[in-house]
Amino acid sequence: MQHDTSYTDQKFKVVGTRPNRPDGVDKVTGRARYGADVTAPGQLVGRILRSPHAHARIKKIDTSRAEKLSGVKAVITSADLPDLTEGNRGMLDILENCMARGRALYDGHAVAAVAAIDAQTAKKALKLIKVSYEKLPHVTDVDKAMEADAPVIQDYVFTRGVEPTPKTPSNIVAVSEFGHGDVEAGFAAADVIVEKSFKTEQTHQGYIEPHACLASVNSDGSAELWVTTQGHFGFRSNCAELLGLDIAKLKVTSSEIGGGFGGKTHVWMEPVALALSRKANRPVKLVMSREEVFRATGPTSSTSVDVKIGAKKDGTITAALAVLRYQDGAFPGIWGMLGAMTSWACYDIPNVKSVGYDVLVNRPKVAAYRAPSAPMAAFGIESTMDIVAKKIRMKPIDFRIKNAAKEGTLASYGPTYGPIGIGPTLDAAKNHPHMKARLRKNQGRGMACGFWFNFGGQTCVDLNIGVDGTVTLTVGTVDVGGSRAALCLIAAEELGIPYEQVKTNIADTASLGHNDMTEGSRGTFSSGMAAIFAAREAIEVLRQRAAKMWDIPVEAVVWEEGQAKATGKGHGNLPPLSLKEIAARAPTTGGPIAGHNEVVADNAGVSFASHICDVEVDPETGATKVIRYTVIQDAGKAIHPDYVEGQFQGGAAQGIGWALNEEYIYGDDGCLQNPGFLDYRIPVCSDLPFIDTQILEIPNPNHPYGVRGVGETSIVPPLAAIGNAVSNAAGVRMDHVPMSPPRILKAIEDANG
Amino acid sequence: MLQVSLTGSLRSAAGGAEVIEIEAGTIRELMAKIVERYPAMNQHFDSGIAVAINGEIYRDNWDVEIAADSEVFLLPRIPGG
Repeated sequence: MQHDTSYTDQKFKVVGTRPNRPDGVDKVTGRARYGADVTAPGQLVGRILRSPHAHARIKKIDTSRAEKLSGVKAVITSADLPDLTEGNRGMLDILENCMARGRALYDGHAVAAVAAIDAQTAKKALKLIKVSYEKLPHVTDVDKAMEADAPVIQDYVFTRGVEPTPKTPSNIVAVSEFGHGDVEAGFAAADVIVEKSFKTEQTHQGYIEPHACLASVNSDGSAELWVTTQGHFGFRSNCAELLGLDIAKLKVTSSEIGGGFGGKTHVWMEPVALALSRKANRPVKLVMSREEVFRATGPTSSTSVDVKIGAKKDGTITAALAVLRYQDGAFPGIWGMLGAMTSWACYDIPNVKSVGYDVLVNRPKVAAYRAPSAPMAAFGIESTMDIVAKKIRMKPIDFRIKNAAKEGTLASYGPTYGPIGIGPTLDAAKNHPHMKARLRKNQGRGMACGFWFNFGGQTCVDLNIGVDGTVTLTVGTVDVGGSRAALCLIAAEELGIPYEQVKTNIADTASLGHNDMTEGSRGTFSSGMAAIFAAREAIEVLRQRAAKMWDIPVEAVVWEEGQAKATGKGHGNLPPLSLKEIAARAPTTGGPIAGHNEVVADNAGVSFASHICDVEVDPETGATKVIRYTVIQDAGKAIHPDYVEGQFQGGAAQGIGWALNEEYIYGDDGCLQNPGFLDYRIPVCSDLPFIDTQILEIPNPNHPYGVRGVGETSIVPPLAAIGNAVSNAAGVRMDHVPMSPPRILKAIEDANG
Repeated sequence: MLQVSLTGSLRSAAGGAEVIEIEAGTIRELMAKIVERYPAMNQHFDSGIAVAINGEIYRDNWDVEIAADSEVFLLPRIPGG
């Protein structure tokens, strides 16, 4: 049934309040069960052997000695994962990434796996597998990978997006161009033109919980997978296709998740665990080490970006151009395209162009990281915006306000904007006390804007009312950031009952229809929309039951404030019936009371943010301390403001780490040098100030409550906001992320001659 | 007749065209006619595609009706984090 998803300016009683999260007690008492927290009778331990080379031909894998080791129950290679993808190159890439097929494409690429009775035996077995490699030339730098003589990583890649299509393969997967107007004419009309190049290094999402799963394949073809994931329905589809299982016979249960941020939207080792279990005929638990997470899951792209902005002296941008080169890792992606799409989205520019390059390198397959690709583009563009503002003697905030996109603006990536929030976030930033606070010696302030699309997708929920009047809301979107609390609030709001009367559960794949992953900031947006309609369906049932209890026509029953009320001539004196009273009579008035909804929740509403940041730079060491940080973002409608603020703060914290410290460092041998938290430094509490937040609510016209996604946009501005702040504090323009102490020190020393 | 703007690498699948004209009343009809006219679009449909109608982006709801004077953009399908 199709429902009207339009915004209705509904007045709320519980939506917008801040109750405790329903999963809180489990999490703080250690009861919450994550990916590695389950066991099964007869369970084996899985381990994966990984390539020590950046690029190599696998001449031979001899598993015979490992297979003979006592306690080893299965050893697999790519031969145990036959290609069942029927020409679907994307799926074959996923399979090949899970287990190398004749070639190791990056340091850490899986080449074989074992299942044994304990960890020691599994580890010993890995050492007994003999792999003969022929090392091949490698390339890990995005610019070098584009050169004509670079080693070609995938021979089926012929650059898309250029005419004519090349006749020889290369590492350039695609060239994606967006924009409108005439940029050359626009630059000719400019009073000032600034051109600048930037680089950003590869980072990992750094979720605390490593990938973990428990796989069990039965001899009858049925299987179960317990896994930490952002989307167990997607994992089910991928694993079923790769393993040749029936979707209906593979039950996937999502565990609690210790962070994902996009990195848990892909299968990495789950098909391997299932293949091991199938071969051993026993359950197999596979848990990645932190080193494996760094080497063999999906970090973000490293990038190389050129930006050019032309402006009039009055601050009007006449033309803008960005050329963005993003590495995809060893398998084709669309990360450069996304960088190109998001690059100028904050601004209303008559002549604008962005060209994104997707480039293969010998690094792990790139995955999404919170508003994927947008932070790196924003670093180049928002840094250049500040340089231009300085050149024409305008305040950076005023320069941005003058050029901000608004309703009716033709977005740089194509369509015309509806109501959007970039202008209001900038106005709020200008008026924020942070913008006026005094700075001390060696301190600098920066600001930057950010954009992300947000999206909805396929969603399905059940709402069941128990005979005691409590409500179970069953959803299929994994709760990565407090969505269970938000969804309880939505169901309570619709039904007119207290928040505490609702419990939200995440169903396994056998218990609910397909739900897309929790990505694209869609969890609360889409499951919230479905929960609204499911609750309204349940209310119709409640009205029918009340009518039956009163023996009056259902048309004479209305639902108000959690009660059925009789209206109309002759019924007005009937006392209201509460939800609890109706639920108690359910067994004899027609049975269980429930609501259900499935929806394709499109039109999630684009999202904008403006960030302000103060830093202090030690000119002797180059060390940077973030001393104040403010996030201002449009949430459409904040269902549970605590978790909206938490998303804002989390994105900013990750962006601060990305901006100042985090970096994949590769040696000349193409191997990752720092796959651990000692050498890859994410920010800890003592590195961060309190991150202040301001929620703006510009309703999304396509959601009944006006909700927009909030989970991703907050990671977009920090690189540039901090870059601008550091540049102002140190007196030198920083153009390479991370702005680690050695880089800042070198920039200061270079500037001082 | 709809004026459908193409972005990014979708253009090369339509022979480099920036705008194509197609008679369609729904997204489903639009998609069917595009593939019929430009078979190279199939590869993009496999990896995912979205349609922006008057600024509103649709990824999966192909039942949406399109008025003849709508602004229509074909966009790549966007993943998230």
